[in-house]
Amino acid sequence: MSMIHNITNAAADYFPMLLRKAPPRFVTESGKPVHSIVAEFDETPKVYKAAQKVRDAGFTKWDLHTPFPIHDIESAMGMKTTKLPLLAAAAAVSGVAFAALLQWGTSWVLYPTVVQGKPFEAWQPFVPIMFELGVLFTAFMCIFGMLALNGLPRWHHPLFTHDRFMRVSNDRFFIVIEATDPSFEPAKVKKLLEDAGGSHITLIEDAD
Amino acid sequence: MTDMHPDQAIAYQASGAISAQPVSRHNPVIPGTRDDGTLTEDPSKRAPLVLGNRSFNDVTNIVCGYAEAPMPKPWLAFFTITSTIAALGTGMILYLIITGVGVWGLNNQVDWAWDITNFVFWIGIGHAGTLISAILCLLKQNWRTAVNRSAEAMTIFAVVCAGIFPGIHVGRVWFAWFLFPIPNSNGIWPNFRSPLLWDVFAVSTYATVSLLFWYMGMIPDVATLRDRAALRLHKGVSRPFAMPMPIGKGLILPFMPRPDTIRVFIYGVASLGWRFSSRHWHRYEKAYLMLAGISTPLVLSVHSIVSFDFATSILPGWHTTIFPPYFVAGAVFGGFAMVLFLLIPLRVILPNFSDLLTLRHLENMAKILLLTGTMVGFAYSMEFFIAWYGANEYEFAVFANNRVNPAQAPYWWAYWTMITCNVLFPQLFWIRKMRQNPLVIWIVALAVTIGMWFERFVIIVTSLHRAFLPGEWHMFFPTWVDILTFVGSCGIFMTLFLLFLKFLPVFALAELKVVMPQSHTDDHH
Repeated sequence: MSMIHNITNAAADYFPMLLRKAPPRFVTESGKPVHSIVAEFDETPKVYKAAQKVRDAGFTKWDLHTPFPIHDIESAMGMKTTKLPLLAAAAAVSGVAFAALLQWGTSWVLYPTVVQGKPFEAWQPFVPIMFELGVLFTAFMCIFGMLALNGLPRWHHPLFTHDRFMRVSNDRFFIVIEATDPSFEPAKVKKLLEDAGGSHITLIEDAD
Repeated sequence: MTDMHPDQAIAYQASGAISAQPVSRHNPVIPGTRDDGTLTEDPSKRAPLVLGNRSFNDVTNIVCGYAEAPMPKPWLAFFTITSTIAALGTGMILYLIITGVGVWGLNNQVDWAWDITNFVFWIGIGHAGTLISAILCLLKQNWRTAVNRSAEAMTIFAVVCAGIFPGIHVGRVWFAWFLFPIPNSNGIWPNFRSPLLWDVFAVSTYATVSLLFWYMGMIPDVATLRDRAALRLHKGVSRPFAMPMPIGKGLILPFMPRPDTIRVFIYGVASLGWRFSSRHWHRYEKAYLMLAGISTPLVLSVHSIVSFDFATSILPGWHTTIFPPYFVAGAVFGGFAMVLFLLIPLRVILPNFSDLLTLRHLENMAKILLLTGTMVGFAYSMEFFIAWYGANEYEFAVFANNRVNPAQAPYWWAYWTMITCNVLFPQLFWIRKMRQNPLVIWIVALAVTIGMWFERFVIIVTSLHRAFLPGEWHMFFPTWVDILTFVGSCGIFMTLFLLFLKFLPVFALAELKVVMPQSHTDDHH
């Protein structure tokens, strides 16, 4: 049920004329929905331990923003491994298949052409282009697949309204717990982040 | 560089840090030696990759500071020169297209000369970038983080220069679309069994994948530039638009938008809204690793396929099985020489870069030059040995009479330039003092760059100019158009590189931060 809810909510971002978001569970004093609560950290070991605490508290809809990928943060956050390699493998197979079709299809089926007396079914001369197109399709999938799974490009995000958050690209670390998490309670979340050593704990408003 | 540039001070203030001066060096060169503290030979110690006790903020300031400062005068001067040369090269291409391929010195015998020499030269230069970003990534060579961004940029610009020549050398340029897999007016498709078509696919795949790899690596760093510009605007410390002037200060144009407004827009669009999420980083790192995995065979395949253009023909001097590995080794060799040739002056012009690009980085690359130079030298001797041992008199004649022997070969000077520059010069690096001296490395890199151009000239022209019948023998003499087209391609390359230096993050910021000790998750280090 919650999965359908999530998909509907995500689709509502792109098609606001067709879909409405579920009413927010928490609103600020000004009546805007709460997006998340964010806490700032200044050292890698601290934020690593804090991430383990948030994971152990049972949160699922939360994230850690860091200027660089922290080694082994996946286990500290309890993250699942991405399916991107499977997608890339599928892209590699389709690239090779496309090259095979292109080469045999054009030189054997569309306009059978004998060049240098070589037989139609010889596969050896077609290997280089099969390899190249396999690589090309895989590269496209790696990059565009990575962006799509990350939900990028997305030029606006509630976090960008938080001025301190801009230091994430320099030297600060931020833990963000989103209001859509089933166990989100503002007071509880603030307490958890404080105990974990976070500073500048701030409530982030959603756009509307 | 003791005093801080005002814009760096503003950037520093805006980013919220209190401490002064990101520019001073805390860790000077060890007194009495040339060592900057990274040249340890003790295997139990790991040399630091970032010097001067830099914090994350310092590294961000060093790398972004140059992209954010107003255009420096020397940069403007260089840029004026290189873009003029680039325009000259473009003019030569236009002249060639308008007049015909006869403006080059080609003749019936030597129908490939400087055009294909330049093509192979430039495409080879690119290989170091992909090698550093892909193969050294798979081998977990952390020192690559200091050079990968600029080397990848160099790859793209070299491929741009390389891409010009196959297109314009076909004579009737408006038929260049014959290169692509499109049927002609009779419904016949290009010949997929020809190495020339493999080459089209290899080079275009290589250009595309390198560009994507480079761009993907830059997304987080461009987002850093975006955030810094936005912060300066929010805090009202953004400087106005100033038109650079040859003398004195820039002319302030109040009606123009502030540079930071333009930056926020362009860097903002280009960084795709990257917000440094760990869940994103996880997929990003997976994608990066897979790209490195597929780029490794790709980079080996590209120059192999370029060498097939020659090796699958029956021309003595070209028809050899050693060509693919020989070309790949040569490409890596020439590429690293170009990386060193460009980066060593940068350490002098932009002194803070020497904290990120240490003597050990240079020494490592010098060792790669020694290794690949020796491999190339082995290939030269092996192809000569096989020409003799294979008892093919035509093949032997190409080597002995067209290349080596000054009494017989009109191009002997080209061959011996190649041997001196490519085989003898790198041997200096057996001596530790030599490979730790930036000036020596720079001179060797320059020699190797020259030598690698001559290698391609030797392979192409000395093999072609004397075919089987002496009646067909012709010399090749370049015309002024030949020369200026090559010079122009160097201008295009340098112009693009200067633009990169000014407007994009020259070091991979996020990756540099990973190799700094503060990135470790345990307190002990």
